[in-house]
Amino acid sequence: MWEYVTERADLITFQAVQHVSLVVQCVLLGSLIGVALAVLVYRNPTATALANGVSAVGLTIPAFALLGILLAPFGFGITPAVIAVTFYAALPVLRNAVVGLAGVDRATVESARGIGMTRAAALLRVELPLAWPVILAGIRVATQMVMGIAAIAAYVLGPGLGGFIFSGLSRLGGANALNSALTGTIAIVLLALVLDLLLVLVGRLTTPRGIRA
Amino acid sequence: MPETASAAAAGTAGDDRRISGVPIRLEGVTKRYPGQDRPAVDDVDLEIAAGETVMFVGPSGCGKTTLLKMLNRLIEPTSGRIHLGDEDVTDQDADQLRRRIGYVIQAGGLFPHMTVATNVGMVPRMLRWDKQRTAARIDELLELVGLDPAVYRDRYPRELSGGQQQRVGVARALAADPPVLLMDEPFGAVDPVTRQRLQDELLRIQEELGKTIVFVTHDFDEAVKLGDRIVVFDVGARVVQYDTPERILAEPAEDYVADFVGAGATLKQLTLTRVGDVDLVQVTTAVAGSPSAEAVAAAQAAGDDFVVVLDSRGRPISWPTVAELTRTTTVPHTVDERLPVVGLRSTLNDALDTMLAASQGGVVVTGRRDGLAGVMAVETVMAAIQRSRTETAG
Ligand SMILES: Nc1ncnc2c1ncn2[C@@H]1O[C@H](COP(=O)(O)OP(=O)(O)OP(=O)(O)O)[C@@H](O)[C@H]1O
Ligand SMILES: [Mg+2]
Repeated sequence: MWEYVTERADLITFQAVQHVSLVVQCVLLGSLIGVALAVLVYRNPTATALANGVSAVGLTIPAFALLGILLAPFGFGITPAVIAVTFYAALPVLRNAVVGLAGVDRATVESARGIGMTRAAALLRVELPLAWPVILAGIRVATQMVMGIAAIAAYVLGPGLGGFIFSGLSRLGGANALNSALTGTIAIVLLALVLDLLLVLVGRLTTPRGIRA
Repeated sequence: MPETASAAAAGTAGDDRRISGVPIRLEGVTKRYPGQDRPAVDDVDLEIAAGETVMFVGPSGCGKTTLLKMLNRLIEPTSGRIHLGDEDVTDQDADQLRRRIGYVIQAGGLFPHMTVATNVGMVPRMLRWDKQRTAARIDELLELVGLDPAVYRDRYPRELSGGQQQRVGVARALAADPPVLLMDEPFGAVDPVTRQRLQDELLRIQEELGKTIVFVTHDFDEAVKLGDRIVVFDVGARVVQYDTPERILAEPAEDYVADFVGAGATLKQLTLTRVGDVDLVQVTTAVAGSPSAEAVAAAQAAGDDFVVVLDSRGRPISWPTVAELTRTTTVPHTVDERLPVVGLRSTLNDALDTMLAASQGGVVVTGRRDGLAGVMAVETVMAAIQRSRTETAG
């Protein structure tokens, strides 16, 4: 196995970078979408219930099924991979952002409005910063989850470490098949840990002392 | 010291107070919440004079908060007009309007993720003051509400006590020097001793600034103590009586008011009478760090058995007995945290509470800038009760 890895170090590194880059970009995009949707719905009980329903149901859709559906309009390639990964990334962020925003003390928001902040200013300077630790927890969950989903996305020829896993599994019994699958899997687990540590660090750096636990 | 006392007394009479507030006028203001058959606020007309503190009291749910929030349009009136000074602000941009009206709620409503300085500087920043002016203003305001800027500027709200948070809330509301201050049960969540200090401070600040203050409270004693006038509301924010505390106590307009005011006239007398209205005892003082022997000699010459120790700015910090002082060489700098202190505008009721809380037979009274104004003994309170008893009887 070690031999397998050292021989293909360049390729593995390349695919790892591709994988992480896909995940990071999709998580960023998904977080923006999740937070934006949360901002739209969190004051309206009906819309909140709907959003929570969507995020619960959405997470039960098997990744393979979603990719299969996306293949029809977009064909093989990067587009369905990006859409699927972003979709799964957005859901936990949406759920947490709704919880976080709804959990901000109404009196605090009211006093923000009471001293003359506009709706947007109160949202940007008070509500979102106060909800941030909860949103960030959602982003961590999303990142962990889509590390695996990005591997499945490789099935539709998206980039990343999933290639090792699928090519390994399809040739199971053949030379290096197991090594290939293991390499992909272990690399994903390691990278997921690294990303999570980075997010913990981001949390440290971006959570004001006044609300740190 | 007697000078301070008379200056404060003049303030009470309202002769030469600086007034930076503007009058408020409500015309037929009504608020109907959707899905409720009776309006929460029903056709209210009310005029509040510039520089006055007007207290809103009334049963829970009668519409006090709703009426207050219509003044800064946190709640939009269903109908009616609101005038601030000679402007009709009913249709003005609400965000702009609120930057000109201070707003204080229970527990201060501080932003927990921002430091004290950022909280206080919020409105100046929105008004695009330059950094230096904002920073200077923050320090000035913290001083005004009795918090040392060097100590508290960079703290977060959760690193403050409830009373300190409330002070910061008041400082933030005053930041851009608004002519009007709206306060909704601001002192409802603090313990009685802290509440009394905060009330005294508000009185002192108001004496300095002369804002127009509208203050909602559940506590009638608080209304009597702080208010130039009190509005007693009934359901639908119907104005039942709008008058000075003295007259509301003496001549309640309806049985409803009498019930609401409650309690005997004797004890109310304790709430109506200010510490500054009674004779204070002048006692021997000593500045911390001066030779104890001098202080002891002075006390003995005056026949006092204790000495009030002042810090370098003339503020009382402890009151050791002569016996205790004799055992020291210089007058100690120690601040006695349990020293019972009230202000000149505190009521006799407050003074009595403070004495009981500290298990002391007297209180130290402070005036302007927290300097010493004198000492009041428990006998003075007793005499006041006795006097008003005979008055009520005769
Ligand atoms: N947002 C709202 N929607 C519907 N009804 C409301 C709303 N806010 C207040 N009310 C109702 O309007 C009436 C007046 O409420 P308001 O909060 O002004 O009373 P209040 O005098 O401040 O009471 P309290 O002393 O308990 O604070 C109450 O009957 C209350 O139930
Ligand atoms: Mg209320």
